[in-house]
Amino acid sequence: MDELLLRSLTPGVLGILVRRGADFAAAEDAVQDALVEAVRTWPSDPPRDPKGWMVTVAWRRFLDATRTDTARRRREALLDEEPAPGPAPAVDDTLQLYFLCAHPSLTQASAVALTLRAVGGLTTRQIARAYLVPEATMAQRISRAKRTVSDVRLDRPGDVATVLRVLYLVFNEGYSGDVDLAAEAIRLTRRLAAAVDHPEAAGLLALMLLHHARRAARTAPDGSLVPLAEQDRGSWDTASIAEGVRILQAALARDRLGELQAQAAIAALHADAPTAEETDWVQIVEWYDELVRLTDSPIVRLNRAVAVGEADGPRAGLAALADLDDSLPRHGAVAAYLHERDGDPATAARLYAEAALKAPNLAERDHLTRRAAGLNARGGG
Amino acid sequence: MAKYLLLKHYRGAPPAVNDVPMDRWTPEEISAHMQYMQDFADRLEESGEFVDGQALAPEGTFVRYDGEGRPPVTDGPFAETKDLIAGWMVIDVDSYERAVELAGELSAAPGAGGEPIHEWLEVRPFLTAPPTITE
Repeated sequence: MDELLLRSLTPGVLGILVRRGADFAAAEDAVQDALVEAVRTWPSDPPRDPKGWMVTVAWRRFLDATRTDTARRRREALLDEEPAPGPAPAVDDTLQLYFLCAHPSLTQASAVALTLRAVGGLTTRQIARAYLVPEATMAQRISRAKRTVSDVRLDRPGDVATVLRVLYLVFNEGYSGDVDLAAEAIRLTRRLAAAVDHPEAAGLLALMLLHHARRAARTAPDGSLVPLAEQDRGSWDTASIAEGVRILQAALARDRLGELQAQAAIAALHADAPTAEETDWVQIVEWYDELVRLTDSPIVRLNRAVAVGEADGPRAGLAALADLDDSLPRHGAVAAYLHERDGDPATAARLYAEAALKAPNLAERDHLTRRAAGLNARGGG
Repeated sequence: MAKYLLLKHYRGAPPAVNDVPMDRWTPEEISAHMQYMQDFADRLEESGEFVDGQALAPEGTFVRYDGEGRPPVTDGPFAETKDLIAGWMVIDVDSYERAVELAGELSAAPGAGGEPIHEWLEVRPFLTAPPTITE
């Protein structure tokens, strides 16, 4: 059975139930029940019309749950109404769901969990495993999120930027458990970009595709991080890069530049270089200048300092770094790298070792420790 | 979201404000303390922030490899070891500030006289998976 096909039906089916008058929380539960039922019965008895089957089963589940509810009498009027048959405007329904699940009243973690379940069609258990929390905790997180948005009406368009932030988070946290969250984020962003006319949605999709293309090259067989300059560019996914570049170019042509398009442009310039040495750092610095203008983010300025170090030499990079607060995450790692390039291995080794202690993740810590160890070994220190 | 370890020490943390050893509490005070801990964990599960909670026996053994084909060497406990972990709770929260807020609540667990213990808890962030987007 095609699990992706099944999951791709989720938002449309949910939308139909909501439009028939089911409240969002109950409809979402009913669709989850129908998904479980489909996984059980479809392999031996595949339906001719998968979506029609899902709507029928989910609606029945919703009615069953409602009938046993204490609020039965209040809802009887609704049940007597024969649901309107016929095809649904699936894209609009899906879009409204994206907005609801990323509603600003939700915390980011709740928005992520709800999006993965209600739009992505993942089970609570899959989401819990992906985020390494107990299933009971994730179930509570999701049901609280549903309560939080229960009074939100689905009839107005929401803010695309909030949806993009949620999808960015899903992608950036990588993956664990049996669900590939990066691939799932791409799937959901692809669908969003098709449903909404927004260059930043295209920008995010391009950004994801360009980064995803390098995934196989990012880690060595032992799990250690491979920096961009040392990656085997032959193992980059050229089809994914080509698609990302094409989507980005179409978005940029609309002349409504945003942060995500600018980030994607930087990723595209890296993807475009046949070797690390041929990277067009001058253009990359220009894109960082755009990003600084758009975001005024100190993290962006930090990354810009690295690019300046490549374009104009490590001294220029260190000068750009000098204006920045040294308590910024990864400031020490950047300083270490620029000092290494500047031919000062002793300072670089000391800064790498300090940066390793502050690294927010294991792979980065190990990487920085290795850099320090390598320099110390060569220097005999 | 980020995971944090709230670490409770038998030994090694600065002294608590209400620093009376548990065997000097009344049985009711001990029950009230246990109930507080359980309620705290239940609340965290309901808020979608609970990951794990465990208590550890005070006495453990040090173990080390002793060479090919030989059984591991065991020794201790060593009285001079300063740090002794009593237990932990793992939480998954939106911010460092939230982790500190929860540690503060946990530290208010009642002890002798039914008064908050005000014990020092250590808050340690987990190392995460590396982000996908780096440059």
